[in-house]
Amino acid sequence: MTARTAAPDERLAPRSPWQRLLSRPEFGALAGLLLVFVIFTLAAGRSGFLSLSGTVNYLEVAAQVGIVAVFVGLLMIGGEFDLSVGSMLGAAGIVLALLIHPDHGHLPLIVAIPITFAVAAAIGWLNGWLVLRTGLPSFIVTLAMLFVLRGASLGFTKLITKLTLVQGIDDQVNTPLGHAFSGNLLGVPASVWWWLLLTAVMAVVLNTTRFGNWVFAVGGDANAARNVGVPVRRVKTILFMLTAMAATLVAIIQVTKYGSADVLRGTQLELNTVAAAVIGGCLLTGGYGSVIGASIGALILGMVQQGIIYTSVDSDWFQVMVGAMILGAVILNNALRSRAMLLRRKK
Amino acid sequence: MKTLALLGLLALASTSAAQNIRIVVVSHGQAADPFWSVAKNGAEEAAKEMGVRVEWRAPDTFDMVRMSQLIDAAVASKPDGLIVTIPDKTALSAAIQRAVKAGIPVVSMNSGSDVAASLGILAHVGQDEYPAGVGAGKRMKALGVTKAVCINQEVGNASLDARCKGFFDGLGSKGDVLPVKIGDPTAIRNAVTAYMQKNPTTNGILTLGPSAAEPVLSALEAGNMLSKVKFGTFDLSTGVLNALSANKMTFAIDQQQWLQGYLPVVLLTNYKRYGLMTASDIIYTGPGFVTPQNAKQVVDLAKKGIR
Repeated sequence: MTARTAAPDERLAPRSPWQRLLSRPEFGALAGLLLVFVIFTLAAGRSGFLSLSGTVNYLEVAAQVGIVAVFVGLLMIGGEFDLSVGSMLGAAGIVLALLIHPDHGHLPLIVAIPITFAVAAAIGWLNGWLVLRTGLPSFIVTLAMLFVLRGASLGFTKLITKLTLVQGIDDQVNTPLGHAFSGNLLGVPASVWWWLLLTAVMAVVLNTTRFGNWVFAVGGDANAARNVGVPVRRVKTILFMLTAMAATLVAIIQVTKYGSADVLRGTQLELNTVAAAVIGGCLLTGGYGSVIGASIGALILGMVQQGIIYTSVDSDWFQVMVGAMILGAVILNNALRSRAMLLRRKK
Repeated sequence: MKTLALLGLLALASTSAAQNIRIVVVSHGQAADPFWSVAKNGAEEAAKEMGVRVEWRAPDTFDMVRMSQLIDAAVASKPDGLIVTIPDKTALSAAIQRAVKAGIPVVSMNSGSDVAASLGILAHVGQDEYPAGVGAGKRMKALGVTKAVCINQEVGNASLDARCKGFFDGLGSKGDVLPVKIGDPTAIRNAVTAYMQKNPTTNGILTLGPSAAEPVLSALEAGNMLSKVKFGTFDLSTGVLNALSANKMTFAIDQQQWLQGYLPVVLLTNYKRYGLMTASDIIYTGPGFVTPQNAKQVVDLAKKGIR
């Protein structure tokens, strides 16, 4: 802020590391995270929130939102929505569980997992195809898919098993491959590692590759992007496919971890992931946002949801607290971001 | 066009099997809930045996307004019999009374034993929630539980509140109700872990359904708490029964919901055909306790969707 220089082109002006940090899209989310963390440290630090197991506890809950939020965030930057991720998670879990169940598919995990991913990719592709073909908002198309997938999982599962829960696959998932999804590494659940890995990889993809540029371009202005030769349809379809596959990864983690699948899994995931992306600075209108921000948003959600249990707040008021803290984090995020933008312009 | 043909075919298939008696069930339980799929299996089997048609209706979420509208729609279609659940008498009484007034014989099941008779319902098939909760509490007390938590996966359902209240009354001590999110096993599991960290003296846990019981079990296993915590649940599933057989759980309260689907269909069919009805207002299907001693016998039936 004090390092003012009279550079002729403001975009080339050197900025202090502090300023560069301030103008990052994820900075506001980071501040929100800090705020939430401080609140819980003060309110519940002594009852286990700060302990190692308390930390792993909220990280694991955050990871399962975060794995999907990274891709929902990318899709939002690309200008589209996916409301079907929650149903996708439920459906993928059922598909996998039926494929490996000794009374049904009886396939080994190593065969069933690629098939499940292929089913998810096909559904993601269908989402993309429908959006681009009909020109309808993706909000509507994927909303329809939300119902179709949830209903189909229910219908098929009951038709095949007479129940809505697929169980009895413990032996099938208790394998080295299963542990890659359900196990622990250095005391941290595999889902958290998957989340960190995907966040890192996709952050690099978004910020440093041509594909990443295309994502920003199609979300900012699809027509302009098409005019300069960006394959808009391909980019959007790939984003839809990746989102569906991310929900499937979480489904695989849940099936291998709990040895069961039920058709209600993933309920409300679509809202939580959009919330995470928005808390993390992704714009609902597309063209702006960050992968790391979406992951921080998921971390805030997980921290608030689990942190409340360590406080002495009466459980009847849990959801009010969750809502209030999310709102607080977003307001802080926005205030900091607009301040950062202002500083940028002033230079 | 193809869909239309298919729908026509389906309609034909169902009418050809059905006789002239048509019974509509309006339940509050979500079709996706494993508990309710078993109740529905019972109703379907009764329909097959009695040679009648049963139509099962339920709202997508726990929604009393929607349920009341479903009852009204069922009444308008003039069925030969109506089966309802009554998780909230204030919200549903009016609709049920309209059905009774329209001359439709009504039998209630699962929830509503306290109000069934006053609404003009012929019989109630089910379990009293509060006494069942008291039973669970007394059992835990006898096992030496001093501080317990009740885990509620469907906040807003009065029957579940009654279970928790009965539980603490039976136990003779106050305790927390921990609300959790159905459909998110990781959040349920970690919520219990967090709760136990904050309240390490807790030595009793009651869950109100299998969808919560299984993640809780996984939390207790991971935290090596199985030996110090008595853990019971309402309702059965394969996972719950396996846990009981392996001595990882203390008890499961079985309300035999298959019968709650089955019996009302039988009652209404015979009422319609011969004017017969049981004399007792309430036919209790529970609470029965499944414990590690008798769990193995029930496992096979659970796989078939009967227990």
